[in-house]
Amino acid sequence: MSGEANVENKGGIASPQSVVRESLQTTSKVSGVIKGTDPSPACEDARPPRSSGQASQFIGRASADGIWIRSFFGQFLRQYAIFLILAVLILFFQVREPAFLRINNLFSVLQSVAVVALLGIGVTVTLAVDGFDLSVGSIAAFTLMLTSYAMVVLQFNAAETVALALFTGAMIGLVNGLLIVGLRIPDLLATLGTMFLLAGLQLIPSAGRSITVGLNLPDGSVANGSFDPAFLALGRYKLWGSVPLPVVVVALLTIVFWFLMERTRWGRVFYAVGGNETAAYLAGASVKRYRILAYVISATLASLGGVFVSARVGRGDVFAGSSLLLDSVAAALIGFAVLNQRRANVIGTAVGAVFVGIVLNGLTMLNVPYYTQDFVKGLVLVGALALTFGIGRGRR
Amino acid sequence: MPAASQDDIPSFHLVDITKEYGTIRVLDQARISVRRGEVVALMGANGAGKSTLAKIAAGVVEPDHGRVFVGGKEVRLNSPRVARQHGIVIVHQSTNELGAPGLSVAENLVLDDLCAGTFGAVTGKRKIEQRAKTVAAGIGLELDLEQDFGELGPAHRQLVAIARAVAAKAAILILDEPTASLSAAEAARLFSVVDRLRSLGVGILYISHRLEDIRRVADRIVVLRNGQIVANQVRPLDLTVAIKAMIGRDLHSISREHNVSASGNPVLTLSRVRLVPGASKFDLAVALGEVLAITGALGSGKSRLLGAVFGLTQIAEGEIRLLNRPWRPRGPQEAIAAGVFMAGEDRWRSSLLPPITPGADIAGTIALPHRRRWFPFGFVDQSREQVAAEQAIRTLGIRCRSGRDTLNLLSGGNQQKVVIARWQAAPYQLLLLDEPFQGVDVGARRDLIWAIREARPNSATLVATSDVEEALEVADVVAVMRNHAVARLYDLRTGDAASFLTAISAVERDETWESDGGLV
Repeated sequence: MSGEANVENKGGIASPQSVVRESLQTTSKVSGVIKGTDPSPACEDARPPRSSGQASQFIGRASADGIWIRSFFGQFLRQYAIFLILAVLILFFQVREPAFLRINNLFSVLQSVAVVALLGIGVTVTLAVDGFDLSVGSIAAFTLMLTSYAMVVLQFNAAETVALALFTGAMIGLVNGLLIVGLRIPDLLATLGTMFLLAGLQLIPSAGRSITVGLNLPDGSVANGSFDPAFLALGRYKLWGSVPLPVVVVALLTIVFWFLMERTRWGRVFYAVGGNETAAYLAGASVKRYRILAYVISATLASLGGVFVSARVGRGDVFAGSSLLLDSVAAALIGFAVLNQRRANVIGTAVGAVFVGIVLNGLTMLNVPYYTQDFVKGLVLVGALALTFGIGRGRR
Repeated sequence: MPAASQDDIPSFHLVDITKEYGTIRVLDQARISVRRGEVVALMGANGAGKSTLAKIAAGVVEPDHGRVFVGGKEVRLNSPRVARQHGIVIVHQSTNELGAPGLSVAENLVLDDLCAGTFGAVTGKRKIEQRAKTVAAGIGLELDLEQDFGELGPAHRQLVAIARAVAAKAAILILDEPTASLSAAEAARLFSVVDRLRSLGVGILYISHRLEDIRRVADRIVVLRNGQIVANQVRPLDLTVAIKAMIGRDLHSISREHNVSASGNPVLTLSRVRLVPGASKFDLAVALGEVLAITGALGSGKSRLLGAVFGLTQIAEGEIRLLNRPWRPRGPQEAIAAGVFMAGEDRWRSSLLPPITPGADIAGTIALPHRRRWFPFGFVDQSREQVAAEQAIRTLGIRCRSGRDTLNLLSGGNQQKVVIARWQAAPYQLLLLDEPFQGVDVGARRDLIWAIREARPNSATLVATSDVEEALEVADVVAVMRNHAVARLYDLRTGDAASFLTAISAVERDETWESDGGLV
């Protein structure tokens, strides 16, 4: 996006081979600066030091400190706005409903947050390569049906079921990646396609019914498998009697993926591919491989999310997971605002997921009608995006 | 000389135009005038300020100082719309600014009418096509009107834009490098359009560095160098004088230490290479310790040659050898691993990342291609890349606050220094530089040339540039490319200043040198 703008800039700023002269033109400099910087956003990015210098020129030396403090606060606000809002919300919910901060309630919030965060991290990785995975919600829902079917009908045990789920997830991701990289279908369209495909496919084996123990199969027979207790433990076991296993797993995965994306050369390449594909290719990156890998990661994480949902609810519910896509995309996008990163980032996504989870849980506890929840989510998302791209623009 | 018959009041006059970007003065009291029915050729090297002057004339950019007169009256061109109202129309050089992809060719041809709201509320398909045909006929353009503009090649885009400008009944037409992407036949068509417009009394400001074009169409030549008008030549035109004014320096001063660099073993050898089907075969060798500059018109195959060595494209025929072993890399990854590095043309497209991307700072930019060697365990060692950044900042004199600055905070010249420093940060066999001085000011160019020549002893360097002056400044050997083949070689070490002059005047003498920039 700004790459192009900067190309334009080259014509403007950099073209002169003119000998740099000392110019002592102070008169009409103000309009010159304002006018002179208009050709490209790149100039705009370079402007803040200048224009702030100009501002202090007008206001005078005495208040320079004041400006510094104000800009420091601005910086601070933009960096931590999400955390501040979160703290205010928690305080508000706690005052209105003292049960809110109970350990059990908090962990139940985190339990639902875990799945959203997991899917959100997948979306984050695809956003990093300048793609988008719309199919994560469907993959999770599909995995829910797949695992139920595997255990109830095919009588798989826990390990086999999880292996099947993750493998299928990875394969779906591979298909997504190949559609996008191989056939060059735009990412949104390709993953929208697989989203519909999977949403439909999951209904077929059980003829559109939820999968429970004793399911009547389309051919008239009755399925006599059941959910493996070891599988159910994945979603229900609590460490030290209170910390749900998925929360721990997702917290660990968050750290792993944060490290991968922010601290390793592979992460650098993921982001480089998304930032400027040509530059990444010319710097020796296997651009196509990284793109495909991003979708494989995304789909695999989504299927793990599906496993957690399945293990928690213990039945193949046809309608489960319908809000997962929106929640996880919201988490990833709210993540842009966290620490004023202005890009998809793993920690931001995790914080975004917690944010959405707390807002929804708090509203539920306050007996706010369920049908307003999507509206509130939308409001939070738009607010976060405005914060990132509107107010924080051009500053770092 | 149709111009003589017209009244002598310039219909368009720019006086003492000064424009600065930051500390760099792009235009310094430039004056230029265009009379009715006159074609004024504006010449200048890369970065001389031609495009900025054109943009000011078209109201895209406002000057810091200076006055603009149209038909003897002073006007203020503060937007392209105002300029259009005064009858000034520009055809931009950049193919991105020429039209709207996603719309059909017909819709693009009538885009001005559509945007200005003069088309009428109802835009029936037949009505658009009828109008579009008239516009196309204005320059005898024949295209499938229903085709998407985005599918057109650069040449056709250019012609569509020119047709639009002609249809706009411009009094002053500014053509910014109009033949840059045209084939000879298409250029000929453009010239006949220019002739017709001239006879209709349209004043044309024709910006080009193609000598063939200028010889063909110009009534007058104005030469711009470092933002100043340094020559204003009426017929009979003497292009040699104009070129000297454009390069503007004592050529003897270049001869410096060219004789120092010793010719070693060949690093890269091309034998009987045919770059694309239908082109002629040629040989080329770059030895250890040698800087070879390839120069030639846009589209003459310079970038393609570099790309073939870097593994971006395959050659049609012949053999490339690197250090006496056959060399056919399948891509940049393999080339980089073998020590063949390339800094692509247009740094924001080919090398740099948007500033919000992790690793878009100076250190990260330098580290990206060397990540495997520097971070063997995957973990990004920030101090390792920081050391490389600091070394680059010191040796090349990059002006920045620290190695953690993102590139958008730097000036064009410093950005380019980072790009070159990136590839000099690790040992290599062969360095390929495609237009390394693009959008770089004189001071930074001097530093870059120093850095390139300083790194000679252990490697070979191949520089592609369309600017003869740059080629002479940086190279030991200059190769002139034409029609996807190397046409002539000038060894600047064996000769003296005279051989440079020969090289330059050869450019001028050789009628076809600039005129063959056909489509790749």
